[in-house]
Amino acid sequence: METGTSRVKRGMAEMQKGGVIMDVMNAEQAKIAEAAGATAVMALERVPSDIRAAGGVARMADPTIVEEVMKVVSIPVMAKARIGHFVEAKVLESLGVDYIDESEVLTPADEVFHISKSEFTVPFVCGAKDLGEALRRVQEGASMLRTKGEPGTGNIVEAVRHMRLIMGQIRHVQNLSKDELYHEAKILGVPYDLLLGVHETGRLPVVNFAAGGIATPSDAALMMHLGSDGVFVGSGIFKSDNPEKFARAIVEATTHYEDYELIARVSKNLGTPMKGIEISKLDRHERMQDRGL
Amino acid sequence: MNIGVLALQGAVAEHIRSIGLAGGTGVAVKRTEQLAEIDGLIIPGGESTTIGKLMRKYDFIDAIRDFSAQGKPVFGTCAGLIVLADKLEGDEEPHLRLMDMTVARNAFGRQRESFETDLDVKGIDTPLRAVFIRAPLIKEVGPEVDVLSTYKGEIVTARQGNLLASSYHPELTDDYRLHSYFLDMAKEAAAKR
Repeated sequence: METGTSRVKRGMAEMQKGGVIMDVMNAEQAKIAEAAGATAVMALERVPSDIRAAGGVARMADPTIVEEVMKVVSIPVMAKARIGHFVEAKVLESLGVDYIDESEVLTPADEVFHISKSEFTVPFVCGAKDLGEALRRVQEGASMLRTKGEPGTGNIVEAVRHMRLIMGQIRHVQNLSKDELYHEAKILGVPYDLLLGVHETGRLPVVNFAAGGIATPSDAALMMHLGSDGVFVGSGIFKSDNPEKFARAIVEATTHYEDYELIARVSKNLGTPMKGIEISKLDRHERMQDRGL
Repeated sequence: MNIGVLALQGAVAEHIRSIGLAGGTGVAVKRTEQLAEIDGLIIPGGESTTIGKLMRKYDFIDAIRDFSAQGKPVFGTCAGLIVLADKLEGDEEPHLRLMDMTVARNAFGRQRESFETDLDVKGIDTPLRAVFIRAPLIKEVGPEVDVLSTYKGEIVTARQGNLLASSYHPELTDDYRLHSYFLDMAKEAAAKR
């Protein structure tokens, strides 16, 4: 009997496919998310748009919030640790969270090193905006990936950019000859073996979700079309007018992303989505996606 | 043999791949009409609360019960096993209520307690590598149910006529013998029709 094997950790992410993982800040929101059909919840002290508004240093959530959420739902509970902050990650693992997001939404604790994730029993998800970042995170032990997008903006444009880039790079790598792969591994800054795997299979070695700016059912469906295995919705649900309806509609649109009549139906009378932010209005230092390369 | 994999949420592609390795054709099933075109149905692993909700929303409960009543086989893995059960421990509402068994969800604990192990399964000659992820357990079975394997005394594989259920994920390994077993069930059922 073996726990924490790569099959067990990656397999857990496979079970999330086609699903919606929702950010929640308390037990009540967690119950709403589960009732709406979320496949997991991310327990947080503040959603990304509030972190953005508050400024200052964003850290791991108070363990009370994480435990409160774990107590009320039967679906998996995820929580965020700062990039490189392996003690926050160990604390979350000791609480029994099901997945840790080493996340650029929080203020990085280390500007050079990520957490050595393969040493943990609990699996990790990490953000990436290109194939190089994605495979570096897998090499460090991430069992699941997600686009970085631009969290807390309600603006899908960056998640689209990242997913298109990653999928395009995968197609490019598939077409390289073996000798070109060595060079490509050097350019991307990734291990040759992982790149060879992408070349042979035409896919990433782990599940890849969309995250960072998804605010509507159509946004979720768009990301599924672009090749996402599922979606994370952060501020998009509990910063909308009607979280319950938004949550349910996004779940349905993710399952039936090719059924436009269904998406039209679930999009009716949803109320106002979260107010978004135009990306060009963000200062360079306000861009979370540039954290942790 | 066309084997459908219920594609509302969960590990659909892995089952399609395993069915292919076993010599069948796997098809993703998103609509009840598609049930008419398949010889057997797999309900995959995923989140049972999500799959159950979407099944209700898109009328899959009655449709799959009808499908099973025609003698066509249904195989549930992990969340799929939960969905097949007649009773769930705690106050949770059961879904398809097809198999005469009581199931406990997340019976081993949380993700850090998830594991893989070698498992003897009746009808399969050598042990199978079984991946248990936040897995359920079968706590009680009715007289019609045949127990195919146990882990530490608890039931993890069972069959009731045309229904098959496993707590673990045979689709996460390259060993497709349980899928072959299910494919044989589909062939037998087709021969009888």
